[in-house]
Amino acid sequence: MTGADPLARNGIHGSMRTLDTTERFARIAAEPFSTIDSRGLRVRGGKIREIISRRQLLSLLVRRDLQARYRDSVLGFLWTVIRPLIQFLMYYLVLGQFLRAAQGVPDFAIYLFSGLTLFGFFSDMVFGATGSIVGNAGLVKKIYVPREVFPLASIGAAGFMFLVQLLVLLIAAIAFGALPGPVQMLWFFPSLFVVIVYGVAIGLLLAALNVYLRDIQYLTEVVMMLAMWASPIVYSWSMVRSALERYHLPTWILEVYAANPLTIGVLGFHRAFWGAGTDADYPAHLGMRMLIAAVVGVVLLWFAHRVFNRMQGNFAQEL
Amino acid sequence: MTDVDNRPDIVRLNGVVKEFRVRKDNSLKDRIVHFGKLGQEHRTAFTAVDDVTLTIEAGTTVGLLGANGSGKSTLLKLIGGIVSPTRGTVQTRGRMAALLELGAGFHPDLSGRENVYLNASLLGLSRQQIEARFDDILAFSGIGDFIETAVKFYSSGMYVRLAFAVAVHTDPDILLVDEVLAVGDEAFQRKCMDRIAQFRKEGRTIILVSHSANQVQELCDRGIVLSHGEVVFDGDTNEAVGALRNVLDGRRADEAAPEETRHPIQVKSIELLDKTGEPTKEIDVDDPLTIRINVDGLHRIERWEVGFSIDTPLGHMVLASNTEMLGVTLDPIDGPRAVDLTIASVHLGAGQYYVNANAAGVSEHSSHGLSQGIMFTVRGGDSSVGSVSADVVVAS
Repeated sequence: MTGADPLARNGIHGSMRTLDTTERFARIAAEPFSTIDSRGLRVRGGKIREIISRRQLLSLLVRRDLQARYRDSVLGFLWTVIRPLIQFLMYYLVLGQFLRAAQGVPDFAIYLFSGLTLFGFFSDMVFGATGSIVGNAGLVKKIYVPREVFPLASIGAAGFMFLVQLLVLLIAAIAFGALPGPVQMLWFFPSLFVVIVYGVAIGLLLAALNVYLRDIQYLTEVVMMLAMWASPIVYSWSMVRSALERYHLPTWILEVYAANPLTIGVLGFHRAFWGAGTDADYPAHLGMRMLIAAVVGVVLLWFAHRVFNRMQGNFAQEL
Repeated sequence: MTDVDNRPDIVRLNGVVKEFRVRKDNSLKDRIVHFGKLGQEHRTAFTAVDDVTLTIEAGTTVGLLGANGSGKSTLLKLIGGIVSPTRGTVQTRGRMAALLELGAGFHPDLSGRENVYLNASLLGLSRQQIEARFDDILAFSGIGDFIETAVKFYSSGMYVRLAFAVAVHTDPDILLVDEVLAVGDEAFQRKCMDRIAQFRKEGRTIILVSHSANQVQELCDRGIVLSHGEVVFDGDTNEAVGALRNVLDGRRADEAAPEETRHPIQVKSIELLDKTGEPTKEIDVDDPLTIRINVDGLHRIERWEVGFSIDTPLGHMVLASNTEMLGVTLDPIDGPRAVDLTIASVHLGAGQYYVNANAAGVSEHSSHGLSQGIMFTVRGGDSSVGSVSADVVVAS
C-alpha cells in the first residue's frame, strides 16, 4: 500500500490480515497527515477523488433508499411508474383534451410524457437531495464520510426511477411511431447533462441550506411547482411566443423564458423523443443555448460544492 | 507496546478551537423578524474546545475525561473529522473508525445482512473486504439465523451486538470510542473489553471518552482531563483520575459557600502527613501515614469520637478505624481540635485513594462526616497489583 494514499483514511485499501505492531507503525510513519481545518477535511487528490473512492458506499445507499421506500408494499417498484402515469393521464385529459392544448401539438401524448419524465427527474433530484442531510442526521452526527454522498445517493435513487420512466417513454414512443431519426435522438445526451448538472448543483446547495433553515424544503415545493409551469411541458414553446406577440410584449421576455435551463433541457428532450416537431417549435440556436446553459451550470455546480463544503463542518452540531 | 521509542505520531492537534453558535430562532420568519442587530441577541456563542494542542503517538490508548459539557465528546468528533475546528488544525493519518454510536446508520427496515454491508461500508470497508469478513462478523455477533430478519425486530441486545461486531472487524489504526461500551449485558461488555485489550496489543491507537474512572484506569496508558474545553491534565492515568476528581471538587467548591460550623460537631478538613510530619499527597508502599482530622464544635461536648475510612475511586472501603475501636477516650471538645491517627505502615497497592472522616458526639447525639475530604496516591509496588500490597515470593 502506498503511503501517500488519501483513501487509506477510510480503509478503502489495506491488507486483510492483522498487521504486526512494528509493521503497522512503519506504515503509519510513512503516511502523510490529512488535515482538517475550518474549511473541512482536505485529502490529497481532492474531494472528487474521495467521493469516487466511496462509490461502493454510494451504491449501497442508493439501494437502501430504493429498498426501504417500497418495502412492505404489494406493488413495490410498480409505484415508480404508477404515479407519473396518473399525473400524465390527468394532464393529458384535462389540459390536452378539455382545455384543448393538444390541438396545436401533434402526438401530444409523447410530447407531454417526455417533458414530464425529464421534469420529474429534476424535481426528484432536488427534493431528494434537499432532505438528504437532515434525513441522514444520525449518520452525519456519528460517522465521518464525505457528506456529499447523501445528496448524491438520493440523486442516484431519483436516477433509477428516471430510467424506469424513460423505458416506458421509449416503449410508448416506439408504439406510437413518434420517434425522430436516430441523429436527432442524440439531443438526449446534452439535455440530460444540463438537467443533471443543475439538479446536482441546486440539490447540494439546498441540502446544505436546509440544515440551517428547515423552511427550505417547503420553499422548494413552491418553487418546483412554479418551475414546472414555467417550462414548456404541458404547453408548447410556440404557444408562449404567439401569446407574447398577441399582447405586443417585447421579445426579451421570450429570451428570458428560453434562458431557463429546465426549458432548454425539456426542449432538447422533445427534439430527442418527439418526432412530430418542426423548427418552428423550438427557439433558434437551441444547441448554442444548451452549450451556454451547460457552461453556466458547471460553474454553478463548482460554486454549490464550495458552499456545501464550507457549511458541512457545522452539520454535525446544527442537526 | 513494543518498541516504545519508535512510535510515530498519529494524531496532532494544533491550537484547536471549536465555537458553537446557538440560535434560538430556526425558521425563516424568525430570522427575518430578528434580522440584523436584533439577530445578534438571538445568538449565543460558546467555546466547546478552547485552544487544545496535543500529540498522540501510535499504539497508545488515551482516555478523555471531564465533567459533562467539558468538551470531551466534541474533541473526539474533531479528531474524527465529524466537525471542523473553528480555528487551528487537526491532523490524522492511518485508517480511522469512529464508534460514536453503535449501529449508527442501521436502517430498521433492512435485514441484518443488508445492514452489515451498509454499516461496514460506512466505516470504510470495500465490498470484497466485507464479504471476506462476513462470517467472522456473524460469529462474533452471535445473531445466527436472525441475520436475514429486519433489524427492527431485533432486541436491543442483538442490535448492539451486531453493530459492535461490524465495528471491531473494520481493522482500524485509530479507534474512537464514545461511551458506547456502557451498553449490553455483562458478558457482552467483557467481550468488548477483551477486544479492546486485543486491539491494544496489536498496536492500534484507541481514543476513548468515558465517565468511568475505573474503565480509564483499566484500559488506558494516558489520561487527558478537560475542563471548560481546556486541557487541565495530560499524563499518567492514575493521576488523571485524581485531576478529574479535583476538577469535579473544584466545581463543587465553587458552588458551595465557605464552610461555617453549623453542626454541634463538625469535621472541617482532613490533612495527610508523612513520617516527618509534612503534609503529603503521595506516599510509597509501606510508608507510615498520619491522618489529621480537624474537628470543630459549637459548644462543649463531654464525650465524642472520631474516625476515618479510606476508599478506592470506585468507593470500595479498604481501611477504616475510629477512636472507639481503638479504645481511646478523647478530651471534651469546645472548639477547633485536631486528631491525628497514624497508620504505622500503609499496605495499600499503587493507585489513588480517598479519605473520609466522621465525628460523632456520644454525650450529645450529633454527627457529621466529610466524604472524600482528601485524595492521595500510593506509588510503586512493582511486584504486585490490586488494592493491597504484600511481599510475594515464589516458594522454591
